[in-house]
Amino acid sequence: MSIRTIMLIMLIAGTVRAVQASQYVSLWPLPQKVKILDLSFKLTSFNIVDAKESSAGSSCSLLQDAYRRYYEYMFGIAKRQGPRKSRLTGPSELTELQVWITSPDSECDGYPSVTSDESYELSVDLPYAVLKAPKVWGALHGLETFSQLVYEDQYGAVSISDFPRFAHRGILLDSSRHFLPLKVILANLETMAMNKFNVFHWHIVDDQSFPYLSRTFPQLSQQGAYHPYTHVYTPADVKMVIEFGRLRGIRVVPEFDTPGHTQSWGKGQKDLLTPCYSGSKPSGSFGPVNPILNTTYDFMSQFFKEISTVFPDAYVHLGGDEVDFTCWKSNPDIQKFMDQQGYGQDYKKLESFYIQKLLDIVTTTHKGYMIWQEVFDNGVKLKPDTVVHVWIGGGANEEMGKVTAAGYTTILSAPWYLDYISYAQDWQKYYKVEPLDFDGTEEQKKLVIGGEACLWGEYVDATNLTPRLWPRASAVAERLWSAKDVTDINDAFNRLSVHRCRMVA
Amino acid sequence: SSRVSSSGSSSALSSLHTVEGVWPLPQSFTSSTERYPLNPKAFYFGYGRQSAAQQDCSVLDAAFKRYFSLIFPDYTSGSGDKPFTVEIRVDHADCDSYPNENSSERYNLSVSAGQASLNAETVWGALRGLETFSQLVYQDDFGTYFVNKTEIDDFPRFQFRGILLDTSRHYLPVQAILKTLDAMAYSKFNVFHWHIVDDPSFPYQSRTFPDLSSTGAFHPMTHIYTQSDVRRVISHARLWGIRVLPEFDSPGHTQSWGKGQSDLLTPCYRGSTPSGTFGPVNPVLPSTYQFMARLFKEVSSVFPDSYIHLGGDEVDFSCWKSNPDVRAFMQKMGFGGDFTKLEAFYMEKIVNITSALKKTSIVWQDVFDYHERIPKDTVLHIWKGTPASYKEELSRMTKAGMRVLLAAPWYINHIAYGQDWRNYYTVQPLNFSGTEEQKKLVIGGEVCMWGEYVDATNLTPRLWPRASAAAERLWSDEKQTSSVDEAFPRLQDFRCKLVRRGIRAEPLHVGHCKHEYQGV
Repeated sequence: MSIRTIMLIMLIAGTVRAVQASQYVSLWPLPQKVKILDLSFKLTSFNIVDAKESSAGSSCSLLQDAYRRYYEYMFGIAKRQGPRKSRLTGPSELTELQVWITSPDSECDGYPSVTSDESYELSVDLPYAVLKAPKVWGALHGLETFSQLVYEDQYGAVSISDFPRFAHRGILLDSSRHFLPLKVILANLETMAMNKFNVFHWHIVDDQSFPYLSRTFPQLSQQGAYHPYTHVYTPADVKMVIEFGRLRGIRVVPEFDTPGHTQSWGKGQKDLLTPCYSGSKPSGSFGPVNPILNTTYDFMSQFFKEISTVFPDAYVHLGGDEVDFTCWKSNPDIQKFMDQQGYGQDYKKLESFYIQKLLDIVTTTHKGYMIWQEVFDNGVKLKPDTVVHVWIGGGANEEMGKVTAAGYTTILSAPWYLDYISYAQDWQKYYKVEPLDFDGTEEQKKLVIGGEACLWGEYVDATNLTPRLWPRASAVAERLWSAKDVTDINDAFNRLSVHRCRMVA
Repeated sequence: SSRVSSSGSSSALSSLHTVEGVWPLPQSFTSSTERYPLNPKAFYFGYGRQSAAQQDCSVLDAAFKRYFSLIFPDYTSGSGDKPFTVEIRVDHADCDSYPNENSSERYNLSVSAGQASLNAETVWGALRGLETFSQLVYQDDFGTYFVNKTEIDDFPRFQFRGILLDTSRHYLPVQAILKTLDAMAYSKFNVFHWHIVDDPSFPYQSRTFPDLSSTGAFHPMTHIYTQSDVRRVISHARLWGIRVLPEFDSPGHTQSWGKGQSDLLTPCYRGSTPSGTFGPVNPVLPSTYQFMARLFKEVSSVFPDSYIHLGGDEVDFSCWKSNPDVRAFMQKMGFGGDFTKLEAFYMEKIVNITSALKKTSIVWQDVFDYHERIPKDTVLHIWKGTPASYKEELSRMTKAGMRVLLAAPWYINHIAYGQDWRNYYTVQPLNFSGTEEQKKLVIGGEVCMWGEYVDATNLTPRLWPRASAAAERLWSDEKQTSSVDEAFPRLQDFRCKLVRRGIRAEPLHVGHCKHEYQGV
């Protein structure tokens, strides 16, 4: 809570000696335009209120919640200490922050989307501060910025005009390799908001476990989770994550990765996976989803129908990465099917056959989809609004060029696999990435809608997730939010050091 | 040593209910699948009639209280009402003393129907036995507690099994240190090497020289260790059978000292004028040694351990070289241009100060490398190099008859993707060329968690269970624990035990614990 004030206390005590005050104070990610004026105020009694002209009034609970949250952040300590004695001489008093939603539809009760307007303008000046935003999403970001400006009980006059460089700024968490308790996910959403991330990519299931409790197929988690009660996400849990995210302007995009990465699905859904053969007999082990059975597609139709109602986001991530063909090759029924289809020995064609059918199914649920880059590489026919997710390191720039040349929108993760740790300041490596640094036309570059920092779960669970993710992901946050020319690594170090202290408390 | 235990690999999980589940692995044991239910409402610790220590033995009474909660993490009423007693017998009633370099940690544990007998020479051995017993107890799927019939005779392979924490690069709140001490005891570590001060900050609040922390700490009030903080750490450690070894590293690594003690550091020169910056401790002024004598007198009374770590590593000579007074002194002493002689001169005086205080000095290996006349009872601490080079150093030092402590392979502040614990596990500390006598001079090893990138936010998951890999290497028999693949499921299980005890120990690889970490 009062965490935010830690920084102030530290500055006053002069203990951040290694951290020189940046000319931009300590804002993170750096806003697009900042003008700091040499005029400071004090705060004795302060309030966050709706501007009279605002299209979102007191009935907008999203904003009311945010006011309370940020008030707590900023003045938690002060409140407990009681009112301050006012000095005889001193700066003038700032009494309130007015929040003004300027467009007729505030989107207060909606969900954020890839096209949401996240811009805001913040003017801190006498007699009061004004935060103007077309939609609530921008207001949330503006409140975050305002809270970062707090300097003990004084504010400097400042005028900020801000908007994100990229629309899709995500964090991937993997709750299959290790189960992540709900608390951990919620705490992470909170920290994401402090960094202006706006997409939680929930890689919810994978080979190792299936913690998603499906209403339609409860046996999937009953059999496929690490534990059917203690290691699952119930419908109520999922709802809570989605709403918690919405209140912070964060989309929740679930990933149900197929046809590979599905070992855990097989435990609760008979005949879904391909039986592998050793010689002429089934070996007892299973491979990817079985693409040649009608029952597979019946199952997928029902399953993704449920997913489309549970998750409100317009997109669902369908995976499609790293399909191992050895099991398909071993299975005589699959071979027969390959012959019938005239695929020869090209199992990529079989993979595409599967994905194509899956995409058609998901299209009927009126969702858009995201897919890992292999699906595009294999030449699957994609809807024009498909988001291709580039993850393979080495050649990522080329891939971005190819995907955009084909006219698809894309997001970048290849340089931001944060589960790969190394000694010392690797955040600098993440910071120095330039997502548009590939050969392509201006039109192509516009198709890059953002990126995601991925924290795969092989070596991560609740015990180490937070310190492994933050503040390293903050480096990605600034790259995706701030202007292209914000690249001064020393200034970033100073601001990020203070930002970390803010996040700590 | 006999291993009549179930031959593990086939049923990994059930074997973890036997001694195989104890980390670090005891030296010798037999166990069986015969098991006894335990009911927390009918479970007792008691002192055997022949025990030298009886009721009111501070160390053991406190241990009973702690271990009851560790053995029964959820205190539901168990099934069965047969009482079970753990009876302790120790030869020496050393209840109010501190563990030291000669303390025996050997114990003998025999678990049978209705009772366990735990015999040890000292209360410190009894503590190790209690830890083992607590790891033998398990719950079935219905929550009932069990312990299997077991015989254990156990003792550490090395006497010194340490963890270094660095409270200068980042301040560690006392709470974080205490929690680390708890976790150390779970892995049977017995020395907390407190690298308390260094260049970046001086958080130790000295009674004699309060300015050192009031100007040298990150913050004079919130980022210091008061005398009572230090006492708290020492007494907490004592109750776990852990020694607290303070390090006051000099003459290098002392930038923060200079802020509160004028004239202590060497003024660096640019040409013929002082540049305004300072170098290592100034070895040419008598006032330096008067200061050090008073500081170490205080330190030796505050820290009860018989060892003091004097540092002595990584001294940069460029500032000494620039200073005309230092050069004049070199001339006078006949050191020529050899600044290692000046460094040796300094270290010798410091070692003499601690010797006069009846303390044993530990110094980093650099001191041995540049100083041939180092006092014989000094312990040398190896921190540098590749396996080949530290083995060489082990040979040379032990050949010179010096006692040695090995840290080089266990710098676990260096992180990497994947299962690097395997590297820490497969170290062979005595695999160097030398006689049996030489090998006996290796008193143990130490895991170092330097603080450049570590503070309270990430200390615990970075330390555990990676340090536990070293713990087994330092405690257990090397032949019995040579397979890293056999260790894997055991360490996974142990890490879940740590998590259950509230230690934020990170996972080794994919999987789950029955009780996941519930904090944020």
